[in-house]
Amino acid sequence: MEIVVNGQALEFSADPRTSLLDLLRDRLGLTGSKKGCNQGACGACTVLADGVRINSCLALAVQYEGRAITTVEGLGGNGGLHPLQRAFIDYDGFQCGYCTPGQLCSAVAMAGEVERGLPSFVTQDLSADAAVLSHDELRERMSGNLCRCGAYNGIVEAIMTTYGNEVA
Amino acid sequence: MKPITYARASSVPEAIRMAGKTAGAKYLGGGTNLIDLMREAVERPEALVDVTALATDIEATRAGGLFVGAAAKNTALAGNRIVRERYPLLARAILGGGSAQIRNMATVGGNILQRTRCTYFYDDAAHCNKRAPGTGCDAIDGFNRMHAVLGGSPACVATHPSDMCVALVALDAVVHTDGPDGTRSIPLVDLHRLPGARPDVETELRPCELITGVELPPLPFATRSTYRKVRDRASYAFALVSVAAAIDVADGAVGDVRLALGGVAPKPWRAWKAEEALRGQPATEASFRAAADAELAGATALRDNGFKIELARRTVAAVLAELAGEQA
Repeated sequence: MEIVVNGQALEFSADPRTSLLDLLRDRLGLTGSKKGCNQGACGACTVLADGVRINSCLALAVQYEGRAITTVEGLGGNGGLHPLQRAFIDYDGFQCGYCTPGQLCSAVAMAGEVERGLPSFVTQDLSADAAVLSHDELRERMSGNLCRCGAYNGIVEAIMTTYGNEVA
Repeated sequence: MKPITYARASSVPEAIRMAGKTAGAKYLGGGTNLIDLMREAVERPEALVDVTALATDIEATRAGGLFVGAAAKNTALAGNRIVRERYPLLARAILGGGSAQIRNMATVGGNILQRTRCTYFYDDAAHCNKRAPGTGCDAIDGFNRMHAVLGGSPACVATHPSDMCVALVALDAVVHTDGPDGTRSIPLVDLHRLPGARPDVETELRPCELITGVELPPLPFATRSTYRKVRDRASYAFALVSVAAAIDVADGAVGDVRLALGGVAPKPWRAWKAEEALRGQPATEASFRAAADAELAGATALRDNGFKIELARRTVAAVLAELAGEQA
């Protein structure tokens, strides 16, 4: 089977039970994606599949044959930092750092959802074409990523600085 | 997890054929519930038939409603333009469920067939008639704050966890299936069974029968509808109580209404009694409270979940008042 990870096509054979997260970490050596709860509750394993954020712990690797996966290792490209990674440093968007790869991948895809006008549970006007990334919208849209250190203030500030589109 | 085989179906007939080949085969959607349950050894399929490559289309029907392919992702349905404009309660219900990551993975068919999050069901050291028929129910005398106040039985008081289904039953959604015996159309409100003496039998689906799509009839007044979810935290938690409602008010009276409750029963709960109590009545808070009382009159409290009865009453009345106020 083939899977494209961070732009590189890779051949793999996996037991059908192997999760995408375990494939990435244990077979491909990409340990940036983290295993927190292993049941979809914490978001530390968040990666992008064809640009869409998913919990790689709940994904069977075989289901993602032929898909393009982006992990935190591939966010920046060319070995540099992604602007959001720079913002996390500037705004102290972490303490222990365990949730950070998931927060980063999640936020990058979240920005894409906002750009496409996808509403959230707190969006007042569901018929609006454009989504506004207010503070409440950001908190709601990022609720699938927990930070047990409680670095949320820095995380929110980093994401808002990078992707905020609210007109003051 | 015990060893399994995996195959991806490219058509409905192929999926049904594949599932028929192995006793203990399961259809696999996004995996957000089934993979988790396999890890906990609650589900032990021998073969997985991946149905995510089947129909994902979301299209207006000639009747003026909507057809949704069962493999459509939750995110796609919530983001669909027709859903957002004509069935806002459905968009809100879906967006209130899970996290963005989960909604991106989970299919509509899988959402309907997801299983309870009762902690005793998940814990294979506990007694559970749903997981291991005949072993008893540790929830009934245990920590049952999250459990059912309507529709439960002495065998099981687990709740159905879906938000999406609550909106769908309010909208009279019909589930389309295909299987060894051919195709069927089943109103969603009849798909899930109450537990009775057999909580392990959760739906009317037959062996190898596959949900292929969901159809919504037109409901013009659903443009004024909503879904309110009451939970322990502001986001990403299962409902304590949820209410899906659409109401048509003319000249100060309730012309028509659709109402369903989540978090309170073993299945998405259509509030028929409340609806009946409301039709033709003045659109006032007194009517809304009386309707909520009518629905919850049959509710029974366990040790820890009595609060849900009052919470459901108040949430129903508040949601109806909000919607009626918008139309005033």
